[in-house]
This record gives sequence, structure tokens and C-alpha cells, in this order.
Amino acid sequence: MILAIHLSLAQVAATLALVAIAAAVSGWQRADLERDIAVATFRSFLQLTAIGYVIKLIFDQNKLIFVLALIAAMVIFGAFTARRRARRVPGAFWPLLIALALAGTATLALVVALGVFQARARYLVPVGGMVIGNAMTAAAVALNRLGDDIADAAPQIEATLALGATAGQAMRPILQRSLRSGMIPLIDSTKTTGLIFFPGTMVGMLLAGAAPIDAVRLQLTLLYVLLGSVALAALTAVLLAYRNFFTSAHQLREPC
Amino acid sequence: MLFSLEQISYRRAGRAVLSDLTADLAEGTTALVGPSGAGKSTLLRLLNRLADPHAGTVHYRGRDVRDYDVLALRREVALVPQLPALLAGTVANNVSYGPRLRGEECDIDCALALAGLDASFAGRTAYQLSVGEQQRVMLARALALEPRVLLLDEPTAALDERARDAIERTLLEVSARMSAGLIFVTHDRAQARRLADRLVHIDNGRIATGLGPRP
Ligand SMILES: Nc1ncnc2c1ncn2[C@@H]1O[C@H](COP(=O)(O)OP(=O)(O)OP(=O)(O)O)[C@@H](O)[C@H]1O
Ligand SMILES: [Mg+2]
Repeated sequence: MILAIHLSLAQVAATLALVAIAAAVSGWQRADLERDIAVATFRSFLQLTAIGYVIKLIFDQNKLIFVLALIAAMVIFGAFTARRRARRVPGAFWPLLIALALAGTATLALVVALGVFQARARYLVPVGGMVIGNAMTAAAVALNRLGDDIADAAPQIEATLALGATAGQAMRPILQRSLRSGMIPLIDSTKTTGLIFFPGTMVGMLLAGAAPIDAVRLQLTLLYVLLGSVALAALTAVLLAYRNFFTSAHQLREPC
Repeated sequence: MLFSLEQISYRRAGRAVLSDLTADLAEGTTALVGPSGAGKSTLLRLLNRLADPHAGTVHYRGRDVRDYDVLALRREVALVPQLPALLAGTVANNVSYGPRLRGEECDIDCALALAGLDASFAGRTAYQLSVGEQQRVMLARALALEPRVLLLDEPTAALDERARDAIERTLLEVSARMSAGLIFVTHDRAQARRLADRLVHIDNGRIATGLGPRP
């Protein structure tokens, strides 16, 4: 059983000393980031505290409907956030929303079905949050790349369409590249995990007093879950979003 | 009539590129001439529906182009764009791409030869060719579709005289054999005279001089 650790607010406040170092470095080197550092510190405090109470409420209730509501909220917020990073993709919101919803629900359903985690708020909420967060990053990176590549390769795409290719056929190489750029960061970090950095879950479990082997096993489980969900999210987002660049007559739309 | 354009208007990035353009392009060989930026490349794109005009209609053989299956239309009316835009891989991969989309074989060496390239090019990497060579692969790739109409956007702009003469011979041969149509853009009046049955002059998105007989 995990030993709970308690930190007082004073202990949290003490770590502001490190934030002060960041601000000092920025001020001294004129990096002009003091404001951003302050905003980041303040926002993280507010957001995490708020979500902490929400999660506490959901854990106490332990009703699946609350879990679903929270995950739905994360999916919607994630789709909005990712859309901002995929500016050159027209109508990116729906593909992102569907991609995150699919990645989140399919992954959670699968881990429950496989008996990895029980269908309880205590497991579904943190795993869902992690899955959706990573899926969002992957989908945003993939769509960002998609938008850039289509803008750069418009003459090639049109030349391929001119040979009688469908939009999907003309997009094959670009879709592959977008999918790859969405998935590669997680694959790379999974490769080096433990060597160059300790992933967050493991750090959390160790700090909370868990046995190292338990911490490692949970971390591995989550890493493998993430690989699958990230692939699903990037694939879904790319396959749904590229259609918005074309008319039904396989014409590349003018960028707006 | 091969193509009839009725009061075509087309904008790009908010600017009028073609304005109320009406023209008939008959069978045979037509040269499109006119100053840079006049809208010649844009006009070709409308003929195989890479884009649709914002107003007006394009007819191909008496039917609105929108009534054709668009993929079949593009195979039948093949466009060779102004700038080479080859696929990754070998020249052979590029030439056989169109037929392969339909699960068909094609004679790569024959298509290359028509475009003035010998068979040794088949295995070369497309990106490593010179611009003139790439342009000829683009032509070979379009010929491999066995189109009924060929739209060529400055097909010899990057070529020396000898390569240009070879392409011109090919075009004369192909247009005789295809008995349908060849529409090409050129800045070279002499070339237009050598190849074309008629000249269409475009200026500022409009037809400047009507369809004259062979100059
Ligand atoms: N992708 C684009 N976005 C915005 N405007 C464009 C685009 N492509 C072409 N145009 C504009 O459309 C007009 C016609 O271009 P087009 O390429 O048809 O000219 P052209 O007659 O083929 O010229 P050239 O002889 O230089 O090839 C030009 O004014 C050009 O600036
Ligand atoms: Mg042009």
C-alpha cells in the first residue's frame, strides 16, 4: 500500500524560492520572461488547486458519471487548446475532438477490459487525464505538420491530383509524415526513459513511498498505454483533418 | 468543340485573375500566349478541374466539366504543370504512377522515349535530375496516361534548342496520333507558329485577340 505523503502549504510556498531563481535569471539576462514566469506560477497554482478539489469530489462520490463528465471536459478543453497550435488547418476542432474522445475512451475501455485497472474513479481519472494530455500533444503536432506540409507541397499535391489521384492518394506521403511527427516524440522519450529522465508517475510513486519495482511496473503500464492512445489520436486527427483541405471534387482548396 | 469557356471569372487570394473570359478552343493544337501573370496557367487548371471558376462554365466536348467524373476527366485531359513537381522515388515510379492508380501496367521506356529521355533514366532518382530533365519526366508521366487532350504549361521553358526540338517533334507526333487536342502555354512566338493551329492571346485575365487562324 502506498504511504500518503502530506505537504503543508508552507512547504509548497518554500519552493517559490526556485521560482525566484528563475525570475532572477530572466531579469539578469534580460530574457524578459518575468511576467510569464509569474503568470505560469499563478495559473498552475489556481488550476491545480481547483482540479484537486474536483478530483477529490469525484473520488469521494466514486460515480462513473462524474468520471465521464470530467473526461469529456478534458477532451473538449484539449481540442480547443490543440486547435490553437494547428492554425493552418481549417476546421481542426472537430477532428481533434473526435481524435481525443476516441483515444481517451478506447484506451480506458481497453485497460479496464484487460484487467489492468479497475473501473473506479481513482484509476480512471488520472489515467484518462494522462492519456488525453498526451493524445492532445500528439494530435496537435501532427496537425501542425499537416498544415505546414500542405502549404509547402501544394504544387506537388496538385500535380499528383492532375494524374487522376484522389485527395487521399495524393496526400499519402504527407499523411505519413504528419503521423510520424505526432508519434515520434513519445516513442523517443519512451526509448530513453529511465536513462535520461524519470517519468512523472514513477517519481510520484517513489516520493509517495512505493517500492521501486511497483513504481516501475505502473510506469511501464502507463507508457505502453500512452503509445497506443497517441497513435490513435494522431491517426484519427490527421485522417479527419486532411479532408478539410479538399473539395469533394478532389481539388485543393485555396488557403484562407 | 473541345473546350468552350463561357464568361469565366476566377479569383485568387481575393484578386481577379480571370475576368468574364469567353473563348472556344477547337480540336487540334492551340497555343496560349500572353504576358507573365496574365492567367495562362490558371486557365489550364480550370480545364481539368484542378479548380472551378467562381462564375461561368467550362464545357468539354459539349458537356459541363462538372458533369464528368473528375478523376476520369483528369486522366483524359492530362496537365503538365509549369514547374516540375515529381514524386519521391525513381523516374520509373513517377512515370508508372498514373496507370498504377488503376492497377494498370504501362510502357515506361516508350513514354520516356516520347519525352526525349533514354531508357537509362528509368532507374534514376527523380529529385536528382536537372530541371529540364524533370520537365521531360513530367511530360512522360502525362503521356503514360494515354490522354486524349494534353495541357502543357511552358513545356520547353527549361530546355536547350536540341531538347526543345525533340519535344516539339514529340508534340507534333502525339497530337497527330491523339487526333484530339493539345493546348500549350508558351512565351515563344516562333514555337507557337511551329506547333499551333491557332493562337489565343490572354492579357490581364481576358482574351486579347480572338481566335485567329494559323498565324
Ligand atoms: N497561389 C496563388 N495565390 C494567389 N495568387 C496567385 C496564385 N497563383 C497565381 N496567382 C496570381 O494569378 C495571376 C495569374 O497567374 P498565372 O500563373 O495564371 O499567370 P501566367 O499567365 O501563367 O504567368 P507566367 O507566364 O508567369 O507563368 C497572377 O497575377 C498571379 O499573381
Ligand atoms: Mg504560368
